[in-house]
Amino acid sequence: MSRPADRALTFLALAGIAFAGCFVDAVRLHAAAAGDANGMTALVAQLRLTDLALFTEARYTRHPSQADLHSAYQDHPLALEHFPTGSLISPPAGLLQATSGVGAGETAK
Amino acid sequence: MKLWLAKQRYLIDFTLLALARRKTRNLGLLLVYTVLVFMLASVTLYSHALRQEAARVLAGSPEVIVQRMVAGRHDLIPPGYLEKIGRIRGVQMREARLWGYYYDAVTKANYTFMVPATNAPAAGEIVVGPALERSRGLARNNGISFRSYSGKLHTFVIADVLPQASELVSADLVLMSEESFRAFFDYPAGHYTDIALSVANPLEVRNVALKLAAALPDARPILREEVLRTYASIFDWREGIVLALLSAAILAFGILAWDKASGLSAEEKREIGILKAIGWETGDVIKMKFWEGLLVSLTAFLLGFVAAYVHVFHFAASLFEPVLKGWAVLYPRFQLTPQIDGLQVATLFFFTVVPYAAAVLVPIWKAAITDPDSVMRG
Repeated sequence: MSRPADRALTFLALAGIAFAGCFVDAVRLHAAAAGDANGMTALVAQLRLTDLALFTEARYTRHPSQADLHSAYQDHPLALEHFPTGSLISPPAGLLQATSGVGAGETAK
Repeated sequence: MKLWLAKQRYLIDFTLLALARRKTRNLGLLLVYTVLVFMLASVTLYSHALRQEAARVLAGSPEVIVQRMVAGRHDLIPPGYLEKIGRIRGVQMREARLWGYYYDAVTKANYTFMVPATNAPAAGEIVVGPALERSRGLARNNGISFRSYSGKLHTFVIADVLPQASELVSADLVLMSEESFRAFFDYPAGHYTDIALSVANPLEVRNVALKLAAALPDARPILREEVLRTYASIFDWREGIVLALLSAAILAFGILAWDKASGLSAEEKREIGILKAIGWETGDVIKMKFWEGLLVSLTAFLLGFVAAYVHVFHFAASLFEPVLKGWAVLYPRFQLTPQIDGLQVATLFFFTVVPYAAAVLVPIWKAAITDPDSVMRG
């Protein structure tokens, strides 16, 4: 065991076991949290919820899936969005395609 | 086989002793490498778990939500609108929802006021979400007053608090009776916020939406699959932003690793020359360096990944939490359920271990095939 190779391989084997342990632990935690998850899904179904309560600052961040289209500018045309979460929510795919592939003249048609 | 194993052990011995000669430099490299894997693995593990959690939780949300649009804005559902939807074939259940937002100046946060379809609290009572309970210091049977948009003060009694385990979806909820809701918001009688539809056959959902759009041109149907897609794209975007921020670190490491792995120092070249002069074959030199690359990169990968797993699922990703989770005044406290995507781990392995192991081999092969004399003379 005093040889460096043996020490290194033992260390690597232990790290490998810890790596495999992550997967085992994930299964364990997953099973343990199943009750909570079912309760949450039941609440979503009971209250007909549509969104996660992650970003509560504005209606378009509280319910991103229900927000008006172009909601960042919905209050008036110059109302730039002013919530940090808004800047972290991606622009709609169509808008990205329009700016990358289609010229302004074409979009106006 | 035994001979081969014994030879590899000797090669690893030699490699480790050679690495130990430049201990600080190699340990530094290993540390930076491990930290990089840790950061990348933390971001991917966290984002994947959050995406999966959102998909799992929202799988129970209504198949279709119908909003009414007026001049491009979400408007109230007028009386009689719900009946029109009932005639669309395939719709199993239709239910008008009553909900809205309330800004509380005390906590400087928005609450979502909602009327549950079943088990609604009695008039004058409310059921609150756990984050609201925490931020306002509430408890069951306490009274709380909200000033409505008409200026009137309404007092409610807390009938119950929603379970903490459901905080991810219920942090800011205030459930109340229809009577209290209409009185609080001065909501016109017979009007609703939107409509939730249940469709018996999942394959019919899209057809129902098309029929809705044809029958009610001012309706905006929002399908559950669109909701799920919205959340997937939010967390993809967030993960992308963090990875973009990390890209500078990844590039810096790339340069460091490439420089270390590909640019042989004069000392290393001389070492190879001596090894060849004393009888080592080119294959042995390459194997020795292969072991070096593999030991360093595999150690960094395994340690980085395990540390990332513990960080994300046992320490709630405390290092990257503000960027990955986002933030809000009323932020839900939740523990993510681990979801490890095998393909993601394999991709991480491929992009962290393989390039380094390969970068080590190429210059060594070049040095090892040249004449020992000229290599030693440098």
